[in-house]
Amino acid sequence: MLSQDSLKQIDKELTKYPPEQNRSAIMAALRIAQVEHGWLSNELIKYVANYLNIPPVQALEVATFYSMYNIEPVGKYKLVVCTNLPCALSGGVNAANYLKNKLGINFGETTSDGKYTLKEGECMGVCGDAPVIIVNNHSLCSHMSIEAIEKKLMELQ
Amino acid sequence: MIELELDGKIINAASGSTILEVAIKEGKYIPHFCYHKKLSIAANCRMCLVEVEKSPKPLPACATPVTQGMKVHTCSKIAVEAQKGVMEFLLINHPLDCPICDQGGECQLQDIAVGYGSSASRYTEEKRAVTNKDLGPLVTTEMTRCIHCSRCVRFTDEIAGYQELGMGYRNNHVEIMPFIGKTVDSELSGNIIDICPVGALTSKPFRNQYRSWELSRRKSVSAHDGLGSNLAVQVDKYHRVVRVLPLENEELNECWISDRDRFSYEGLYHEDRITSPMIKQDNKWVNVDWETAIAYAAKSINGVKTDHGADAIGVLAGANSTTEELYLLQKLMRKLGVYSIDYRLNQADFTLDGKQHGASYLGGKQTDLLKSKSILVIGSILREEQPLLAAKIRKAVKSGAQLNLINVINEDVLCHVTNQIVCDPREFAYIVAQLVKATGTHSDIDLSNVSLSESATSLVNSIKDGGYIVLGEIAKMQPNYAELLMLVDVLAKNIGGKFGVLSGKANEIGADLAGFVPHKTEFNHKAKNFGMNARQMLENGKKAYVLLNTELECDAYNSNLALNALTLANTVIVMSPYVNEQMRSYADVILPITPFTETAGSFINFEGTWQKFNGVTKPLGDSKPAWKVLRVLANTLSVDGFEQNSIEDVRKELIALNDIAGYLNNSMDISKMVIKKPDLSNLIRIGLQSMYNVDSITRRAKSLQETKQAKIPTLMISSGLADSLKINALSNIQAKQLGFGRKFDIAISDTLPNTVVMLAVNNDTCGFGGRFEVIELNTYLGNYK
Amino acid sequence: MAIYTSGVIFAGVDTADKDCWKLESYIKRGGYSALDKILNSGMTQEQIIAELKSSGLRGRGGAGFPTGLKWSFMPRALDGQKYIVCNSDEGEPGTFKDKDILEFNPHSLIEGMIIAGFTIGASVGYNYIHGEIFEVYERFEEALAEAKKAGYLGKNILNKNFDFDLFAHHGYGAYICGEETALLESLEGKKGQPRFKPPFPASFGLYGKPTTINNTESLAAVPFIINDGGQAFQDKGIINSGGTKLFSVSGHVNRPGNYEVPLGMPFAKLLELAGGMRDGKKIKAVIPGGSSAPVLPGDVMMQCDMDYDSIAKAGSMLGSGAVIIMNEDVCMVKALERLAYFYHEESCGQCTPCREGTGWLYEIIHRIEHGEGRLGDLELLDNIGNQMAGRTICALADAAVFPVRSFTKHFRHEFEYHIEHKKCLVNHKWC
Ligand SMILES: Cc1cc2nc3c(=O)[nH]c(=O)nc-3n(C[C@H](O)[C@H](O)[C@H](O)COP(=O)(O)O)c2cc1C
Ligand code: SF4
Ligand code: FES
Repeated sequence: MLSQDSLKQIDKELTKYPPEQNRSAIMAALRIAQVEHGWLSNELIKYVANYLNIPPVQALEVATFYSMYNIEPVGKYKLVVCTNLPCALSGGVNAANYLKNKLGINFGETTSDGKYTLKEGECMGVCGDAPVIIVNNHSLCSHMSIEAIEKKLMELQ
Repeated sequence: MIELELDGKIINAASGSTILEVAIKEGKYIPHFCYHKKLSIAANCRMCLVEVEKSPKPLPACATPVTQGMKVHTCSKIAVEAQKGVMEFLLINHPLDCPICDQGGECQLQDIAVGYGSSASRYTEEKRAVTNKDLGPLVTTEMTRCIHCSRCVRFTDEIAGYQELGMGYRNNHVEIMPFIGKTVDSELSGNIIDICPVGALTSKPFRNQYRSWELSRRKSVSAHDGLGSNLAVQVDKYHRVVRVLPLENEELNECWISDRDRFSYEGLYHEDRITSPMIKQDNKWVNVDWETAIAYAAKSINGVKTDHGADAIGVLAGANSTTEELYLLQKLMRKLGVYSIDYRLNQADFTLDGKQHGASYLGGKQTDLLKSKSILVIGSILREEQPLLAAKIRKAVKSGAQLNLINVINEDVLCHVTNQIVCDPREFAYIVAQLVKATGTHSDIDLSNVSLSESATSLVNSIKDGGYIVLGEIAKMQPNYAELLMLVDVLAKNIGGKFGVLSGKANEIGADLAGFVPHKTEFNHKAKNFGMNARQMLENGKKAYVLLNTELECDAYNSNLALNALTLANTVIVMSPYVNEQMRSYADVILPITPFTETAGSFINFEGTWQKFNGVTKPLGDSKPAWKVLRVLANTLSVDGFEQNSIEDVRKELIALNDIAGYLNNSMDISKMVIKKPDLSNLIRIGLQSMYNVDSITRRAKSLQETKQAKIPTLMISSGLADSLKINALSNIQAKQLGFGRKFDIAISDTLPNTVVMLAVNNDTCGFGGRFEVIELNTYLGNYK
Repeated sequence: MAIYTSGVIFAGVDTADKDCWKLESYIKRGGYSALDKILNSGMTQEQIIAELKSSGLRGRGGAGFPTGLKWSFMPRALDGQKYIVCNSDEGEPGTFKDKDILEFNPHSLIEGMIIAGFTIGASVGYNYIHGEIFEVYERFEEALAEAKKAGYLGKNILNKNFDFDLFAHHGYGAYICGEETALLESLEGKKGQPRFKPPFPASFGLYGKPTTINNTESLAAVPFIINDGGQAFQDKGIINSGGTKLFSVSGHVNRPGNYEVPLGMPFAKLLELAGGMRDGKKIKAVIPGGSSAPVLPGDVMMQCDMDYDSIAKAGSMLGSGAVIIMNEDVCMVKALERLAYFYHEESCGQCTPCREGTGWLYEIIHRIEHGEGRLGDLELLDNIGNQMAGRTICALADAAVFPVRSFTKHFRHEFEYHIEHKKCLVNHKWC
């Protein structure tokens, strides 16, 4: 289910931990699998668990516990906006509202063309650069004023 | 030792123990949910909060170690307030409909909540609802009731050996769940029902039938494996067993039982149960009264004896019969001059009869086995044969013991295995011979043709300093068992270790010491007259058979021989709780005896513990305990020595068993042997049995038959063998033994060696030959269906 | 944008230089000289610990536990595997300092961790990095590769018969993994559910082995302390609050960002550094130590100094050094509602009081904010809080309760107004 490249990345993660501690690599392995497939289906979770030789339910626990794993399909771009208090004080909520209006969706929803999914985020540890939006988990965009959001949306086609 | 004060009382406690452990020892109750003495400490429910002086906040008793001078208050204002607070939190999302909950009346949450006299709820928001999960045929869920104590999760991980349940999500959305689409398939799964403190996990077969307070609770002993788990059997007002729970016995089953012990009871009331004596007249079965039936049986026995001599009678019994039954039956038969008596129905090799120095047993107590640094198990599918012992071995492995396996299939015992040799069973003895050669010599054993393999060398390294060797059912069924056992004896001496055998059935040692073998009478006395053993009795065709507690066509080593012999006999007298189609055709009289739940009796488990029990309920219909039937039969036959009026009277004759240790002995005379590499050119059958087909009760237990374990494929070969025979999963295959063949679907598995054919023992293979004898496979073109 | 002044970690770091994080740049600033000093001058583990103790460095992760003392707890003479773990799972709302260390000066942390490994006898270390800053994680991996290539990591470091390996572990979205034992569980590939203590990580940590866990900022300060001596560090601050500290200033100020300043600096001065109040609005409330610290009214805060004791005396805590500043337009009910939602969302779910309590608190505050508050709700909040605080495995439950208690205490009239009038007392504007 995973490309050679993904498997190689997982193998590399495995070298970080003692040989009998494969389980430690589950977070990275699920992340890598998610990057390739966009989301973690049950089959994919099971596949990753088997690859690391751990009970699938342990992988499921991890996939459902950490908020950045997509256990349901998401749009091409998953936009997560931090609305926690420090961000809210510097435009986080405004940015989120703007996106809701602009995309015509609420938190937790995906646009009908399957392009954007909007999520509410908790503190991302970059409150000084608010408003912040994370695109597909790995690309953090800070100082997201209305203009910056517009520009970003243009890029994300 | 540490001195502390618990609710004003000065107490000495072992250092390292927790407040809760100390309190329990003192008989003091501290409410708790997540704590379970056999599981790791989670300390997450927070119900057990107590006040500890000098601590700024209440502490969880389950996880707080006691310290010198500690002052603990378990029911002070602070403690009770903390506990009440937790209780309120637990209840805000818990349904308050105890009257319709299956756990009602035996719910820890309910008990504790009542204790706190909880007032009207301050929680006015909507309660959380959680979807139920399909955990399989044995366990029902009602997940909205779950209080997230995580006991079930820890059980599957820590005791059952494989985490099948998890706690998914986080915050108040946490949910206990199996992997999506998976059920809980552990052979110990039922224990999660017991440890669930609320009604979230309950018994599927038992569900919605009874309230616990309507049931009476009686002690019993399991009849389904050699461990002898103690049971608390629950009986309804109609005298039917409706639920089986573990009865705690720290030495044996701790607080667990296997699913087989728990759910077999469903087989007790299967439609095959017979409740009235029956005799065959003009090829038709008619129900008769006991007097008629017994007179008929007595007449048949006398008839055969007069016409053909007592030698023409063979007596066979299942080793899940009680010691008392077996003792009386052999006594009666020997008094009649019948000496062909045996319980070893599935054994093939009897050459050691007369050479062993006592009854074979585990070779020590379970603790001796579990304490040893290295264990070698030969020929046992541990999790199926001895589910709880397997769990204990896993625990031993976790704390450092090495486990080595030699077996015919690659079993996943769910723990680290140091060496695992999967081989053709014909190689067992040869491999052990290699281990013998690597560790020493023996004057009577010629090992010159034995050469050491790499796997054997590696295994020797694990066991060489006093390993403990155990032989299981598969080893005991081998046609060269004697050779194997002698080699194991020598090996154990070479390495300064111990060895033992596992009883697959509940009462093998009881049967042995009751004299239910052809070469010994009770308590190891050498028989004056040797009769035939189980195999000879079938090979040599007796005129009459007396069967106790067995469906011989399923239980015998060689079903084909058994069916032939029984069919050709003049008379077959069956004492059995059940009847089946085959039995109807070969039997002449069937006496409905009771299963272990309806009679007093005793079993001796694999370590030699003699456990007595009473019937937990009245005999069903007109059936009777076998010991009573035998007594009346003996009286009818005018045999003396059968005046026993109670089970106690029978046990008086067995009083020697109180000093059982003196009769247990695994040593033997070693005969001269030349060990050669086995010839594996023929395919051999591996006649395995599903773990839920091991006795008449179990194979009729409905829910167990729906589990994954019950559904083992009938015919299975390795992919290597399939390739060389050009067979695939779609091929039409006929398996054939002794000219008896049948077609089967084929399963392919890499857990098997390449020279064997797994042909299971089940209804479809009734009539096939020996369980570990040569077998042929033929392919057919076209579709036979 | 962040401004760094007189600090120790960012001294000489030009954040405008896109290569400032690189090994070359770090060495130019005198990097890895502390490691060199230890390995070449034969400084013993005891001496290093003594130096740390004299520095007055207190854990920068929030609890403020003296770092030297923590290191001394490790059974360093004991054979067998031990671990040093860095907590870069910065997720406490308002805190964003560790991210800047990783982004602009990662080698200071790497050097600090190597020294820590040497001191506590650990041959392997892990840095657990917050999930949402993936690019920073990738940069840290690059920095590790640089250090390895240069011989600062791996076998036989600086030919001094000392082995140390360091790896980065990427989190994936769970605030609770900032709690040190949850972090260990997460490193082991499990859900981040805190462990009950005792046993403490120093005896039973990662994979059951003795482990020391420190915050990024604590570890990154170590090279300075070794180079310049503990006293020099202590002297930068005041008694009981030695050294400089990174303050993450957020909210209604003109220049949100990180300020590495001497401990003991008056809050008013810090506010001034951050450019003062945005749009000249009035300061209403300050959370001085991350969202888990009790909120203080603006005027109280203006009298405080930024050190452990002064803030504690005012009824809050210095925590992680995240200073969240709110102006007069903020509705305190709404602000608290958002925080309550956060703690509910992030509760790991294992302890009954936290799992059920955080949800219940949020539901009540949400109700009040939406005009459905009832008489008695404030008492109920207080009561539920009492049933949670101090009764759980980790401090998240306490962290959830502190804001509730302090908001309803200092701004009680706003809550009462909400309940009574079903609407806001202030004309709420987030910004
Ligand atoms: C809920 C919770 C969240 C925490 N989050 C963090 C965090 O993000 N970063 C951190 O360094 N410490 C965090 N801590 C504190 C750690 O548990 C631990 O005390 C700290 O990492 C120790 O490092 P130090 O001694 O260097 O401060 C948190 C604690 C709790 C209870
Ligand atoms: S207090 Fe909350 S977050 Fe901490 S361990 Fe308990 S449930 Fe988890
Ligand atoms: S029994 Fe102690 S916390 Fe659950």
